[in-house]
Amino acid sequence: MLEIKNLCAKVGEKEILRGINLKVKAGEVHAIMGPNGSGKSTLAGVLAGRESYEVTSGEVTYKENDLLDMDPEERAREGVFLAFQYPVEIPGVSNTYFLKAGLNEIRKSRGLDPLDAVEFLQLVKQKLNVLHIDQDLLNRPVNEGFSGGEKKRNEIFQMAVLEPSLAILDETDSGLDIDALRLVADGVNKLRTKDNAILVVTHYQRLLNYIVPDFVHVLVNGRIVKSGGKELALELEEKGYDWIVDETIAVGA
Amino acid sequence: MSTETNTIEELANKEYKYGFITDIESDVAPRGLSEEIVRFISAKKQEPEWLLQWRLKAYRHWLTMKEPVWPNVHYPKIDYQDIIYYSAPKPKKQLNSLDEVDPELLKTYEKLGISLREQERLSNVAVDAVFDSVSVATTFKEKLNELGIIFCSFSEAVKNHPDLVRKHLGSVVPTTDNYFAALNSAVFSDGSFCYIPKGIRCPMELSTYFRINSADTGQFERTLIVAEEGSYVSYLEGCTAPIRDTNQLHAAVVELVAFDHAQIKYSTVQNWYPGDKEGKGGIYNFVTKRGICAGEKAKISWTQVETGSAITWKYPSVILQGDNSVGEFYSVAVTNNYQQADTGTKMIHIGRNTKSTIVSKGISAGKGQNSYRGLVEIKKRAEGSRNFSQCDSLLLGDKCGAHTFPYIEVKNTSSKVEHEASTSKIGEDQIFYCKQRGLSAEDAISMIVNGFCKEVFRELPMEFAVEAQKLLGVSLEGSVG
Repeated sequence: MLEIKNLCAKVGEKEILRGINLKVKAGEVHAIMGPNGSGKSTLAGVLAGRESYEVTSGEVTYKENDLLDMDPEERAREGVFLAFQYPVEIPGVSNTYFLKAGLNEIRKSRGLDPLDAVEFLQLVKQKLNVLHIDQDLLNRPVNEGFSGGEKKRNEIFQMAVLEPSLAILDETDSGLDIDALRLVADGVNKLRTKDNAILVVTHYQRLLNYIVPDFVHVLVNGRIVKSGGKELALELEEKGYDWIVDETIAVGA
Repeated sequence: MSTETNTIEELANKEYKYGFITDIESDVAPRGLSEEIVRFISAKKQEPEWLLQWRLKAYRHWLTMKEPVWPNVHYPKIDYQDIIYYSAPKPKKQLNSLDEVDPELLKTYEKLGISLREQERLSNVAVDAVFDSVSVATTFKEKLNELGIIFCSFSEAVKNHPDLVRKHLGSVVPTTDNYFAALNSAVFSDGSFCYIPKGIRCPMELSTYFRINSADTGQFERTLIVAEEGSYVSYLEGCTAPIRDTNQLHAAVVELVAFDHAQIKYSTVQNWYPGDKEGKGGIYNFVTKRGICAGEKAKISWTQVETGSAITWKYPSVILQGDNSVGEFYSVAVTNNYQQADTGTKMIHIGRNTKSTIVSKGISAGKGQNSYRGLVEIKKRAEGSRNFSQCDSLLLGDKCGAHTFPYIEVKNTSSKVEHEASTSKIGEDQIFYCKQRGLSAEDAISMIVNGFCKEVFRELPMEFAVEAQKLLGVSLEGSVG
C-alpha cells in the first residue's frame, strides 16, 4: 500500500529526514518510535502533505500513485488520514458540519453520491456507539474547548467516519491519562481491518500495549536504524533509546 | 474575483451606454450643487413647500460644515461641484433571455445561489407573464393594504401620506446631524417609506425587491420606517448580487422610529462595487443609519453584512429613549484588496433599564483595512442599563489591518458595560487540518470565516443568511493560498 524510498526532507534549512525506507502492506500496523527530535512527526507531516516541510529527495508510492505529487486534500480523498498530535480548533463550525463536508468531498472524488443529513447522522451515530463516544460531541464546534482527551478521541471518531486506507496516528497518546489512552486505543483496534494499514507514531511504548503492532521501527536522527517485531518496543521501554543511538554511532552510520 | 468584477463592470457600462434616454436635457440636472439645484430637484418631484424649505435648510447648514476627517479611511478629495444631483431613472436595456447575459456574471450569480428568476430580474431580462415579479409584488401589496401597512417609495409617501412623512422625517437624523446626512437631506432623490399601524405584526419580510416603481437604488437614498405601538416589522435592504453603479458617492440616510412595545428588525446585505484589485473605482458608501426606541420596551435590531464598496463609513445606531427599550447591532464587515471600512454603532442609553448588545465581526484580507468604531453612552437618568459588546477581528494574510476604537461613557453607577475584543488570524494549521479531511483550501476558508460570523448570521432571516454565507465565500475567493 505504501512504499517510502530514501525519503529526505527539511524544515527551513534544517535537514530532518535523511533517507527513510519503509514498506507498509494492507492489514498491517507499523509503529514508528524514536527519541524527541528524531523526525517522527516530520515523517507523519510529509506523508499528509504539510506544506512547511520540503521534500529534498526520495519517493513515496501510495496505492501505485506518486504520493508526493498530490495535494493534501487529494491525499485525504485517496484515503490517507492523519490523526493530529495537536488537533486544530475551528470556532463556530460544528463537528458534524465539518465532518460531513469532508466525507462528502471524499465521496465525491470517488464518484459516490453525497450523504444527506439523515444518512450522515445514522452513520455517525453508529460510529459513536462503536467508540462509546457521547453524542453531544457532534454539535460542539470543532475541537473548541475540548479537553486533551476529547480532542484525541475526536480524531479517532473522524477516522472512524472517514474510513481511511492508511491512517497515521501522530503521538495520539501524548497528554492522555491511562483511561483515555485505553479508550483511544480501543477505538483504533476496532477500526483495524485486513484492508487498511495503520502507522502509529509514538515516543512511548505504553500505547503499543493496547495497539499491538506487527512491526516496530526505530527512528533516530532522520533514519530508521532498527526494525523488528512488537518485542522491540518492549526492549526500548526497558533500555531507553540510548543504546540504539550508541550502536548507530558505533557502526558509524 | 477581479476578472469577474471587471466583466460585471463592463456589462454595467454597456447597459448604461445603450440605456440613456433621448431627452436628456430635461431630465438631468446640471453638474454641481447650489440652491437652484435643490429647488430644481424639489420642483421635479412636485414636492410641497414645507419639504422644499426643509431641503433648503439642510443645504444652507451643509455649506457651513466640513467633511469629517476622523474616520480611519483614506480617499482623494471629493469634488461636490462635479456631481450630478438629479437624473430621472434610466430604463435599462431589456434582454430577451439569460443567453444574452455575460456568462461570467451568470457564474457569479450561480456561486451565490441566486434563483433563475432572480437572475433574470437582476440582468433585466423580460420575465414570463405568469412569473412576473410585479404580479408577485401586487399580491403582497394587497395583503399589506388589508392590514393598513404602508410600504411605498418615498416620493409616493410625500404625495399620499404627507402628514406622516412631515411628522417623522428628520426626527431621528436631523438635517444638521452630520456632513453627509445634511447633504442627503438637501438632495435626496427617493427611497422607501414604511408605516406599521398600532398592534400590527407585518406578516412578511419587507424588502425593496417587492416595492413597485423603484427598481433603481438612488445615490442619495432616504428611508423612513415608523412602527406604531405594539407593532412588528422585519425589513431587508440590499441584495447579495454584485451591484455596479456609476455614481461613486453614496450618502444614504435611514431613520427608524419604534414606539411602545414596537419592534423593528433591519437587515442589510451590502455588495456594492468594491473597486478592482488595484483599488481603482468602487463606491464610497457614507451612510447615516439611526433608530429611536421612542417608547417603553421598544426594540430595534440592526444586522448588517457589508462586503462591497471601496469605502464604508457607517454606524447604525440606536437611541434608547423609552424605559426598558432594547438596541442590538450585529455586523459582519469584509474588506479585501484595497477596501476600507470604518463601521460600528452608537448605543445611546437615555431611558431606565435599557439594554444594548453589540456583536461586530471584522474580516480583513488582501490589503483591506477594517475598523470598528463604537460608542456606548449611558446617560445619568439611564439607571440599571446594560451593554454587552463583542468585537472580533479575523485576518487573512499579513498585509491587511484590523482596528478597534471603542468609546464608552457611563454617567451613573448602577449600569453595567462589558466589552470583549479579539483578533485572530486564519492559520495555515487550520487550513491544513481542513484539507487533511478532504476539503479544498477555498472551502476551508469559507467554512472558517462562516464559523467566525455565525453569531451574526443567525440574526439574519433564513434565506438571507444562506446567501450571505455564499457571498462571503465569493468575496474572499483567492485571498489565501
